[in-house]
Amino acid sequence: MIISVASGKGGTGKTLVATSLAISLKDKHPVQILDCDVEEPNAHIFLKPVISDTEPVCLRIPVVDKEECNFCGRCAEVCAFNAIAVVTKNVLVFPNLCHGCGACSYLCPEGAITEEDKQTGVIESGQADGLSFVQGRLDVGEVMPVPIITEVKKRTESDKIVIVDVPPGTSCPVVQSVSGSDFCLLVTEPTPFGLNDLVLAVETARELDVTCGVVINRVGTGDLEVEEYCKKENIPVLLKIPLDAEIARLYSGGVTLADGMPEWKAVFNNLFSEIMEIVDERNRSLKR
Amino acid sequence: MKEIVVLSGKGGTGKTSIVGSFAAIADNKVLADCDVDAADLHLILSPQVLEENEFWSGKLAEIDEFICTRCGLCGDLCRPGAIDEFRVNAVLCEGCGLCYRVCPVGAIDMQERLAGHWYVSETRYGKLVHARLGIAQENSGKLVAQVRQQAKGIAEESGADYIITDGPPGIGCPVISSLSGAGLALLVTEPTLSGIHDLERVIGVCDHFGVPTLVCINKHDINEENTRHIEKYCFQNEIGVAARIPYDNAVTEAMIQGKPVVEYSQNAVSHRIQELWDKVIESVTG
Repeated sequence: MIISVASGKGGTGKTLVATSLAISLKDKHPVQILDCDVEEPNAHIFLKPVISDTEPVCLRIPVVDKEECNFCGRCAEVCAFNAIAVVTKNVLVFPNLCHGCGACSYLCPEGAITEEDKQTGVIESGQADGLSFVQGRLDVGEVMPVPIITEVKKRTESDKIVIVDVPPGTSCPVVQSVSGSDFCLLVTEPTPFGLNDLVLAVETARELDVTCGVVINRVGTGDLEVEEYCKKENIPVLLKIPLDAEIARLYSGGVTLADGMPEWKAVFNNLFSEIMEIVDERNRSLKR
Repeated sequence: MKEIVVLSGKGGTGKTSIVGSFAAIADNKVLADCDVDAADLHLILSPQVLEENEFWSGKLAEIDEFICTRCGLCGDLCRPGAIDEFRVNAVLCEGCGLCYRVCPVGAIDMQERLAGHWYVSETRYGKLVHARLGIAQENSGKLVAQVRQQAKGIAEESGADYIITDGPPGIGCPVISSLSGAGLALLVTEPTLSGIHDLERVIGVCDHFGVPTLVCINKHDINEENTRHIEKYCFQNEIGVAARIPYDNAVTEAMIQGKPVVEYSQNAVSHRIQELWDKVIESVTG
C-alpha cells in the first residue's frame, strides 16, 4: 500500500501530514516513509531518524583520452545537452550540463571516451523509532532531482504501508514521486493560491491515474472555494486541520501532530481507514 | 537595471505575497513569475494577456511498434530506465536520443515536446512575464530562462530600473535558472525548523552561483526563538536580515480580494514590506 502526500503549492503541510500519518500508524502496522522532496527534504526534522546507511547517487560523466581521440566531433554531434564540445585539437566536457546518458562514450568511433562518477546527491536510510526511513538529498548546486527520486523509490518496501513525501509543483519530480502510488493525498489550504495549485495537482494525479483525496490545512482562514471545488469534482475531503496557534507552534519546532497532540493519532488512523476503503472500492470496481 | 529574485527554499513562506506587494510599491519595473510549475502571482495581479507563446523544448523518444523487432538494445542502453517493454515512459525520458541512434532497424523517432506556454501580460502595475509548464513536463529550467530573457528584453526596451522575479521553491534546476546572474536574491523564510533547514540550503546555492543575498523573516512571531536563531545564523554568515514581518490574517484576506496586502490594509505587515523594499533598493544600488 503506497500513499503519496502531495500538494502543488509548497508550504501547505505535506510533511506535517505525511509524518503525522506515519507515526499514527506505526504501532499497528509496519510503516516506511520515503522523503522524495530531495531538494528540500524535511521529514527527518520531524522523525529524527538514525541513519545507518548513506549511499551516493552518481552520474556517469565522460572522460576523453586525448591520445585515442582524433577530434572527429561525433561526441559533440550526438550530445543532446551540449555538454561536450570539440574545438580544433581539444575536447571540452561541461559536467553541469551532462545528463550522464552515455551516448558520447557508446558512439565514439575510436573508443576514446571512458566515464567517471560524479556525485549529485545521496540516499540516506535508517530507522525512526520503529519506522523505516529513506530520504534523498540533492547536492547543493546540482540541477537534476529525478535520478535521486528514482533511487529513493527503488528502496520501497512494498510489504509495508509506504508513505511518500512528495516535492511541491506538478512537473517531473512530482510525477516520478507519485507514480505507482495506490492513493494520493493532496494537502491544500483554503486560499486562492491553495485552490489554484490544488487544481493543478488534481490534474497531475488524474494524468497518472492515481485516486486522490484532499486534506485542507489551516481551516478557519481563507474562504470556501476549495471545498466547493472538491464537491464539484467529486473529490473527497478526508481531513480538515484547523488554523491553530498551538499546531503552528508545534510545527515550527519540528513536532508532528501525532507526537505533540496525541488525540490526533485516532484522527490519522481514521484517515487511513477511509483511504483503505476508497482504494478497496476502486480495486473492486476495476475488477468488475 | 537590477534584477531581484525572490526565493525561499521551502514553499509557502510568502514569496508571492511579498512580490505582489513589491509590484504595487516599486516604480518603473518589469515583473516575472519564474514559478512556472505552480504559478500564483497572476492571482493577485489579474494580468491581461497580450501575447501567448508556445514553449517547445526537449525531445521524447517514440518507438514504432510495427518496425520494432524487440531486440531490447534501446532498453539495455537507456540509463534513466525510460524504456520498459518496448515502450517509452515520457516522464523518465530525458531526450538524449541514444536509443534513436542505436536502434538497428530505425524504429525510434525523436519528437519535439510542447512543454508549456509563456505569456507577456499587462497588469495595473506594469508588464508581467509568466508561464505555465505542461503537467508532468521537464525542462522547467529552460522555461524559466525563457521568462527571464523575455522580462529582460522588455525591461531594456522600456528603460525599467528593476526586474522583480517571483522564484520557485526548492534548490534544483528552475531555482538555479532563476538565480544565475541576478543582482540580488531576497530569501523569504519563516521561523520553523523546516524553514531554517531549507534557507541554509538555498543560501548554499546562492553562494555557489555568486549571487548576493538578503533575508526576510516572515511570520517572525510564530516562534521568536527560531527567529533569533535565524538572525544569529545570518549574522555569523554576514547576511543582512532586511525585515521581520509579523503573522497577520490580512495577508490571506488580501489574497482572497485579489490584491497585494499593501493595497488591502495599512497595518504592520504593509509597513514592514515597504521598509523591506527600501532595503532591497539600498542593497542593489548601494
